[in-house]
Formats: sequence, structure tokens, C-alpha cells
Amino acid sequence: MKLDTSGLESSSSMPYGGTDELGAEFSTAPSFELPCSTNFDGFQKEAKQMVKPAKGTTTLAFIFKEGVMVAADSRASMGGYISSQSVKKIIEINPYMLGTMAGGAADCQFWHRNLGIKCRLHELANKRRISVTGASKLLANILYSYRGMGLSVGTMIAGWDETGPGLYYVDSEGGRLKGTRFSVGSGSPYAYGVLDNGYQYDMSIDKAAELARRSIYHATFRDGASGGVASVYYVGPDGWKKLSGDDVGELHYKYYPVVPNPVEQEMAEAPVA
Amino acid sequence: PAKLFLRSIKKRKKKARRRRRKMARYDRAITVFSPDGHLFQVEYALEAVRKGNAAVGVRGLDTIVLGVEKKSAAKLQDSRSVRKIVNLDDHIALACAGLKADARVLINKARIECQSHRLTVEDPVTVEYITRYIAGLQQKYTQSGGVRPFGLSTLIVGFDPYTGVPALYQTDPSGTFSAWKANATGRNSNSMREFLEKNYKDTSGQETVKLAIRALLEVVESGGKNIEVAVMTKEHGLRQLEEAEIDTIVAEIEAEKAAAEAAKKAPARET
Repeated sequence: MKLDTSGLESSSSMPYGGTDELGAEFSTAPSFELPCSTNFDGFQKEAKQMVKPAKGTTTLAFIFKEGVMVAADSRASMGGYISSQSVKKIIEINPYMLGTMAGGAADCQFWHRNLGIKCRLHELANKRRISVTGASKLLANILYSYRGMGLSVGTMIAGWDETGPGLYYVDSEGGRLKGTRFSVGSGSPYAYGVLDNGYQYDMSIDKAAELARRSIYHATFRDGASGGVASVYYVGPDGWKKLSGDDVGELHYKYYPVVPNPVEQEMAEAPVA
Repeated sequence: PAKLFLRSIKKRKKKARRRRRKMARYDRAITVFSPDGHLFQVEYALEAVRKGNAAVGVRGLDTIVLGVEKKSAAKLQDSRSVRKIVNLDDHIALACAGLKADARVLINKARIECQSHRLTVEDPVTVEYITRYIAGLQQKYTQSGGVRPFGLSTLIVGFDPYTGVPALYQTDPSGTFSAWKANATGRNSNSMREFLEKNYKDTSGQETVKLAIRALLEVVESGGKNIEVAVMTKEHGLRQLEEAEIDTIVAEIEAEKAAAEAAKKAPARET
């Protein structure tokens, strides 16, 4: 096989109008195009990181007076291709615990189901439900043991246990954070903007649901990797309950209904002389 | 060529047989069933327990007491290094009867498991959980090759970290466990258990301590230096009683006994 040495030939075809010294430099040494980067050793890794799935989704969860509110969009994207508009991103681990999906869909689905199995076994062995703390720790330990092997999981475990509402953020780097407000995914900055602005601990369930819905809607409006249906779940002392699942397109027209342009109307009603 | 082939097979078989015999020495299960369904090694282990020091545990409403018979210490021995009642965690304590060296191994494993549980679920163990773990360990050693069962029965006490309910469990070399209101193990455990069955009632605080010591005194020479007692409460955890304290309680008990006997004799004389 003949080697393709076209890269070695100087690509810049200097017009002979240029000064002779410059022209001489360019045409003597065989050269190949160098990447326009200062980091010759690491630019390949950076390229890989760029292409890596940036967890194209928007999920959020927050604790308030009445319990935990969990919401997510439903779009799955592969690069620029929308592969599905109806993905269930809120996974029901057991009747009183929910997990959200961000990152690799397969990874999230499998490990959440696995967590559900472990929680059930804990219940059977110890005759009491596992705490949200314990469940999130089990998942975090598993993900930590797979650290560096390419799992992509950014999940929130939300639930209600003996100590009240619980919310933890767990990711595939092995990190685990306890908190009251989280949003995960490529649309999370937009969701945080709306969520942090409207958040109050003393909200009613309806107000909190509306806040969660609007945050997801605004994220889907600006983030291309989020969209589909905004699902909102509520976790209370009796377990979780799905509150709503609205198409974000319809939500858009609900929040910003089309106002007919008054000027045109006037012209239409102009009396015919 | 056929002969060579057959010879090579013979060689391979001989090697395998030699290897199997070598491994067989370590693989043979020590605990095997007898024709009538007994596990003799386990029963012999129970014998070893029956020869061990007497130990008693009593569960009260808010107090749990463990008492162990203390063999008279040799003059040169530092009695503080021979602790028979130990902590597994802040809220769980254990006393045992039987082979003390086996106890050390089991206790170390249980202590590690208590911390491991705290690490993985961020919660302290319940008494039932750690009892199940210890019993599981004891059972494993009755069904493995080349090992013998642990020669000890344990009394595990503690408070549930959430509900605060006191609990007393007992395990034995076969790996079974169950919860008790009061139980005894070790030397003369039958007489102690009979006493407890006759005299048990719901008690709290000092009454529980007295009941435990009374049971122990049935089979042990009276005196503070022959008994080791530890009291566990929810607030203060495990507290080993001093010899002087035990002596005072023993004196109280003897006084009560004498008074009861005198009361019995007095009406008899009247009639």
C-alpha cells in the first residue's frame, strides 16, 4: 500500500509575488499541518471530551415543606439527532423513592433497577425500609467501584423515610451530595435560574409543582438537548405520586399565548367607504 | 503409539489422584451428618460451651444487664486485661461462654461489621442485624471444609438506634439465634434459666441489675470478686460495675433473702 504523503507537501501555495526569503522557507522543509492548539499532547483527549455525551437532559428536584418535588424532560438525543421525545427519566425505585436519569440511559436504567433490588433485599432482611441515605450510599459505592470505566450517570435519589424527605445527588465519578435543590443535565443552568428565583421552603404542593414545571419548560426552551414532555412527581409521606406530564410545546403557548397583532385587526375592520 | 498413549493417561490419572489426596486432607468437612441426623461437632461445641463460665443476661424496660462468672484471678494476673463483657459498638455489648480465643476472633469480626454497616448505610447496626451476622459466621464454620465450629454461645444486648427498644439475643455454635427476655449460658445455665423463668418480671433500673445478680448467685459463690456485671442504658451506654458496687448489691440481696426467710418462719411459728 502506497503511503499517502500528501500531508507532507507544503499545503500553502505561496504566490510568487511574495518575498523570496519567505517563499524559500516554505518550500524547502517538508512539513505537515499542525493543529491550531497550544496543547499538542492533550488536544486529542480534549476532542474526545467534547464529543462525550454532556448529559443532554434537564432534571431537577427540590425539598420543600410538604416533601420532595421531582421533575424532568423526556428527550433523548444522539449528538444532533433527537432519538426520542418520550423517555421516562424519572425512575421508580420503589413506592417511596424516585431516581432521575441523566447521562447514559442504559447505565441509569440498569443501576436504578439494581438499586431497587438491593433496597428490597434490605427490607426483607432487616424488616424495615432502607433510608434514602442508605440507598444513595449503596448506589454511590457501586458507581465509585466502576470509576474510570466509562459509566455516565448523573442521578438524584429522592424519597421519604423515617427521618422525613431526603434528596441526594449521585454521579458516576462516585460523588454523593446531600442537598435541598439540585438540577442535573445540559439544561440545568436554565432550570436553576428559574428554580432558584422562585423557590420558597413554604410552598404548597401546587405551587411547587408549577415551579418545577416552569423550570423544566424554560430549560427545554433554551437547551436543544432537552424537550418532549415535562413530568412532575411529588414524594410525600405516603410515597410518590405523578402529578403531571405536559408537552413543553403546549406549555409554551400556555405561558406565552399568541396575541393577535392589533394593527392588522384595525386594518381589517376599517370601514369600507 | 497406543501403548505410549495409554501410559500417558495412566500418568495423568496418578498425578490427579495424588493431587486430590493432598487436597483431600484439607477439604474434608469436619462437621458431617451422623446417620441419625446429628452434627456431632456442633454438639461437642455445645459441650465446650457448657464447660465455660456462667453468663446471664436480663432485659428490663430501660436497662439491660449482663453478668458473667469470674474465675478467681491468679495473684500475679492483671484482672483488668481479662474483660469478659465487651462493646461491639457504642450501643451494643456482648458476653459469651465457651472458648475465649474463639470469642476474640468473632468479636473482632463483629466490630468490623458494625463499622462497615455505619459506612455503607450511614446508620448504626440494630441488635438483630449484628446478631444475625454473628450467627451467620458461626453457621458458616459448620458448613465449611477443614474448619471446626466456634466453641461459644454469645449473649448480645443493645438498644435499637431508632426506636430505643432494648433487646437481648443469644447465638450458639450451630448458628441459630433468637431474642430473649432473659437468658443464661455456660456452666449451670439450666439452673439459672429455671430461676429466671420463676422470678422474671418486667423491671427497670436497679431492679434489673438485682435480678441478674440473683440469677448468677444461684450458681456462683457470692462476692464481688467472683462476678463481673455490666449495665447498659440508652443514655450512658455500657458501664462496668465496680467490685464495691457489686458487693453492696450482693449484700442487699442477701439481706432481702434473709428477711424473706425470716418472714416465712415467723407465720409458721405463730400457727
